[in-house]
Amino acid sequence: MNVNPAQQPAIGHNVIPKMTARDVNVFYGQKQAIKNVSIDVTSENVTAFIGPSGCGKSTFLRCLNRMNDTVDGARVEGRISLDAQDIYAPTMDVVQLRARVGMVFQKPNPFPKSIYENVAYGPRIHGLARAKADLDNIVESALRRAGLWDEAKDRLNESGTAMSGGQQQRLCIARAIAVDPEVILMDEPCSALDPIATARIEELIDELRGRYAIVIVTHNMQQAARVSQKTAFFHLGTLVEYDDTSAIFTNPRETRTKDYITGRYG
Amino acid sequence: MTAALPERQPTDWESPAMRSRIAGRYRAERNFRRLGAAALVIAASFLAFLLFTIVRDGWSGFLRTEARVEVSFTPATLGVDPAAVSGPDGAAVLARADYLALMNEAARGLGPAAGSLSDAAWLVLRDELLAKPALLGQRVSVWVPVRSTIDLLAKDKFDLSAPADSRGVSDREVEAWRWLEREGRLRTGFNSAFFGNADSTEPELAGIGGAVLGSLFTLFITIIIALPLGVLSAVWLEEFAPKGRLADVIELSINNLAAVPSIIFGLLGLAFFLNFAGLPRSSPFVGGITLALMIMPVIVIASRVAIKAVPPSIRDAALGIGASPIQVVFQHVLPLALPGIMTGTIIGIARALGETAPLLLIGMRAFVTDVPQGLASPATVLPMQVFLWSDDVQRGFVEKTSAAILVLLIILIAMNSLAIYLRNRFERRW
Repeated sequence: MNVNPAQQPAIGHNVIPKMTARDVNVFYGQKQAIKNVSIDVTSENVTAFIGPSGCGKSTFLRCLNRMNDTVDGARVEGRISLDAQDIYAPTMDVVQLRARVGMVFQKPNPFPKSIYENVAYGPRIHGLARAKADLDNIVESALRRAGLWDEAKDRLNESGTAMSGGQQQRLCIARAIAVDPEVILMDEPCSALDPIATARIEELIDELRGRYAIVIVTHNMQQAARVSQKTAFFHLGTLVEYDDTSAIFTNPRETRTKDYITGRYG
Repeated sequence: MTAALPERQPTDWESPAMRSRIAGRYRAERNFRRLGAAALVIAASFLAFLLFTIVRDGWSGFLRTEARVEVSFTPATLGVDPAAVSGPDGAAVLARADYLALMNEAARGLGPAAGSLSDAAWLVLRDELLAKPALLGQRVSVWVPVRSTIDLLAKDKFDLSAPADSRGVSDREVEAWRWLEREGRLRTGFNSAFFGNADSTEPELAGIGGAVLGSLFTLFITIIIALPLGVLSAVWLEEFAPKGRLADVIELSINNLAAVPSIIFGLLGLAFFLNFAGLPRSSPFVGGITLALMIMPVIVIASRVAIKAVPPSIRDAALGIGASPIQVVFQHVLPLALPGIMTGTIIGIARALGETAPLLLIGMRAFVTDVPQGLASPATVLPMQVFLWSDDVQRGFVEKTSAAILVLLIILIAMNSLAIYLRNRFERRW
């Protein structure tokens, strides 16, 4: 497995984590989807969740911004905190949590509205802009940071759904960025994209690193190796191994991790 | 290991059995297409026959025959004082004048056709004089409506070769009509009274104006009650209701409610709105509520389908950037579901527009000669007018019935076209 040589090593373990999960169990009705997962996510690193289909990595990701709340019969146990604040506490406002922990989905899902409206929607509902000019600035900076400004600036009033798949996904990233989140969760953001669009998104993730804590779920191990500094390997609902990406891909401690990344199964 | 299977022969695609199988398949396909086309032709010819008979009987309902009479607006006949007319209350004096006497006098000038003018012909004289008071004391020609029989004779609706007792029109009336024709005193033109008037015992005066307005009032009430209730129910059921036995029971009940015969809703309206709540009988208000109950399940079902068709990814996207469930519903789901909701609503409204049975029971089967003034005043509706006229023994109502049906059909076609247009125009593909 090739690790991008340009990639920086993961920042040390003494950094204060942005999000921590302790002994998290997730149930869908009677079925347990996640078993005793504990993990720390830091702002400085991109964290990748890898593992075979159905291993629970997406489920766990969706616990981090409580998107599982919308699933009937889903139940989360354990403690997940953002800046040491329990996100499942009754005092936690889910709406605000989701503004602070943004999400990018597997399939690009721009609203069937103009490009501008797509990006402006979040700031607007959270009251982040007082005047039209503020909003324009937020939209422009979000689109710039998502690397979409040059392509989108002349067509801000065109429908977001008329863009190409890769552009749509970057629009979704811009939409997430526009509410100024602290964490961005990406659920297989490139699985519906062609290799060129994928490369563009991966570059973007690298550019966004440091400013946001990024957690990416991916099926594609090369992608995990390319974009992340920390990698977590999930299998059958358990966290098998969590370490620096370079360590996971060159010197995994667990045989299951080794078998998976060398293509023995999955 | 399994036992070795016998060697399989290569398939002979050219064998006679294979060829006949292929031919049979093509035959079945051809027959099925023919069957489908035949079904369509049969259905279309029924429809064509229906439309043909309605148009044949109904088009003349939009026309009305008028006769020219010479009228002397003499103050003596009218019973007014010319001095008072030129005074400050001139209009009021003129409005109170005796136009019936004036009309009778003018009709005597028609000789054998003296009895051919409509009972309401004097109204024309009044309108004429009120519009132009200067006519007082002058002799002018005025076109006034004729009796329904003369109107039908002019439209060639009677078989005059039949014996007098079976053709439905007396010799005297035929004579009168012939005389008017000879004198060139008849003309047939657009029947504006048909659209402006309410019901009447005289076919030449009866119109759908009252019924159309009654329908409008009724549908207005129906829409403002059924649309918000139906859409909100659908939103709650789709987006917020806990899944489980209760939701299943509600769903089943709604589906059942949509299939309940409409007369049952009429009974409910009678028992509850009229007898219990004491709301005004025959009023568009009660009619509207009753029809709203009837079409609400239709709107709920259509809205639920439309809401369900909004992809979950849009909900995820909005929730994912911190929209509250209410914001998700009102800013994303409902706008996207709106074309579907509107389509369902229009179809429901069209059904309500064509409904008579429940309205029979709440007293909208009334003979109302005035155009309704408000939501609580007695009114009838368009299909009910059709029903009432189709029941009438007078020959003149036959064409009115068909003409009213034509108007109803045109409105229904327009509404359904709008539904289709909305669906095609705003339908999204994901």
